[in-house]
Amino acid sequence: MTQAIANKVDYLQAFEPFNQQRSAIDSASLQSLRQRAAQRFQALGLPNRRLEAWKYTDVSLLARSSFERALPLSVSPEAIQPFVYDGCHQLVFVNGYWAPELSRVETLPAGCILGSLAEALQEHPDLVEPYLGKGASFEDHAFTALNTAFLEDGAFLYLLPGTVIEKPIHLLFISTAKDQATVSYPRNLLVAKAHSQATIIESYIGLEGSYFTCPVTEMVADENAVIDHYKIQREQLKAFHLATMQVQLGRNSSFSSLSIALGGALARTDLHANLDAEGIDCTLNGLYLVKDNQRVDHHIHVDHRKPHGTSRQLFKGLLDGTSQAVFSGKVYVHPKAQKTDAQQSNRNLLLSDDALVHTNPQLEIFADDVKCSHGATVGQLDKEAIFYLRSRGLDEVAARRLLTYGFASDVLEQIKISAVRDHLEQLLSTWLPA
Amino acid sequence: MLEIKNLHATVDDREILKGISLTINPGEVHAIMGPNGSGKSTLAGVLSGRDLYAVTEGEVLYEGKNLLEMPPEERAQEGLLLSFQYPVEIPGVSNIYFLKAALNAKRKHHGEPEMDAMDFLLLVKDKIKKVNLDEAMLHRSVNEGFSGGEKKRNEVFHLSVLEPKLAILDETDSGLDIDALRVVADNINALRDGKRSFLVITHYQRLLEYIVPDYVHVLVDGRIVRSGGKELALELEQTGYKFEQEAARA
Repeated sequence: MTQAIANKVDYLQAFEPFNQQRSAIDSASLQSLRQRAAQRFQALGLPNRRLEAWKYTDVSLLARSSFERALPLSVSPEAIQPFVYDGCHQLVFVNGYWAPELSRVETLPAGCILGSLAEALQEHPDLVEPYLGKGASFEDHAFTALNTAFLEDGAFLYLLPGTVIEKPIHLLFISTAKDQATVSYPRNLLVAKAHSQATIIESYIGLEGSYFTCPVTEMVADENAVIDHYKIQREQLKAFHLATMQVQLGRNSSFSSLSIALGGALARTDLHANLDAEGIDCTLNGLYLVKDNQRVDHHIHVDHRKPHGTSRQLFKGLLDGTSQAVFSGKVYVHPKAQKTDAQQSNRNLLLSDDALVHTNPQLEIFADDVKCSHGATVGQLDKEAIFYLRSRGLDEVAARRLLTYGFASDVLEQIKISAVRDHLEQLLSTWLPA
Repeated sequence: MLEIKNLHATVDDREILKGISLTINPGEVHAIMGPNGSGKSTLAGVLSGRDLYAVTEGEVLYEGKNLLEMPPEERAQEGLLLSFQYPVEIPGVSNIYFLKAALNAKRKHHGEPEMDAMDFLLLVKDKIKKVNLDEAMLHRSVNEGFSGGEKKRNEVFHLSVLEPKLAILDETDSGLDIDALRVVADNINALRDGKRSFLVITHYQRLLEYIVPDYVHVLVDGRIVRSGGKELALELEQTGYKFEQEAARA
């Protein structure tokens, strides 16, 4: 217990000086939000494995490490070049801070505000404050509390009703540390008003050093909004990434998300979709690739609160070496959510004897007129298929690679942006065991 | 081309092949007929390198080399191909991608450069048309959702692109209606060029009406009990395997 208390102090050590420094700049309500979040983190502490949601996620390494608050280091355009996608509006953040010199936003339609949250807090508090901290609750979530306590910068997108952005928006989060391990708290607020449309890519990339990225993204898609969201988590092997995304969906809105995760010392994404209106279409897909001793977790929560909602989940995992993954997907159908159509599937391919996956698809249904299904598989490559390919002339390594690629490829085929799809197909090819 | 000498093979310590000897010369078509459980598919499996079987005695020479020492892919690269009785579905891998990888593996083995992408496309489009499969099937996952007949035609399509020296057809006729059977047989016959050899494994004489063999061998209980010309197949069609089975037991 003394250990746990010491750690809470550790993470909040930077809070008072930070709070002081921001007091002259930020609004009273923002300061109050941070205060409450810090207090909540103080009370919660880092989650332990007795908590159901953290049963298979071991954060003890985080408790034993000490991270300083990251500073906005300078990064060269060349260093980020491999992670850039052509044809996108690009906003780059280094250690959670907007880096305008690396960003390039082309002409945007009227009715769209795209920039840094820090700026928006000063210039458009009326647009920010109704949403900030309203979606992502820190009541029961230590890392959301921690992020909110240190909330300062990140991406801000606001689409006025009817605004359509054709080019994808690429939010590129670069983490990099020098000698001292650092922690950053990117905070993103994405608001799509009625009938607006956008495609958003969040990339989390590590350059060097040992670091902890703790992002929170709050997304609001109002009536009839159409949002495609991609998250690409490509941290350094030794990095920690504990992310929360909360999505609030409006009537007849359509939200699709694809999470591509390459793991880390520990990489976890908590994704909560709140379907609190009728006729929502929500697709949450994912692909995780882990090897060596990496960890990757996805915790998905889909809340069907109103009738005629559709949700689809397909998460696939490739695990090699001594890696471990967790998939926990809950579909909760509230009593009012009649005519809900929900499907959930998690499929895992183990490429080694020592890889381990915990999969826990759950349906909780409190309405009686619904169509829901879920399932999970954990398997290995089919020997008969390997022989089939070898008998046509492919050697065993090539046969295994091709089958493994085939297992994952249908998730990547859904990517509508060709630059992203090509890049990730390439990434998958190089990831495959040689 | 292929010399099988006194081949014995077991599955889980149970002897299935009990001394098979067979020589196939370039250009010849040999048919192996036999009742269920006689060891036909085991023979195909041993020749193609399936690791389910243990060879306990005998040897197999392919073009003078010890075939049994080669891994399956090397046998294929050297020109020995098996058309599967039950072609395997490969989700997420397109037919065309797989064939290209297979063809280039063979070319690499022979020190040849990879095939030009455009030439390859023209080749496969031509070949797939000949087996009466829709061109769209090039881009579908290998065998996934194909009907039984489409799978068999796809096997023959693979053969026609990969151009083996010796093709082993394991029950290629099973599950085919008469029209599909003709298409398959026509394509096999088109591959007969006087140098390429075939080992046709079948339960029924029907296929041999279309692919006329030079030799027919009757396999019963792991042994070849009779060999003869194409007329032997017709004889078997009338008498069945009963006589041969009795002879094997005696």
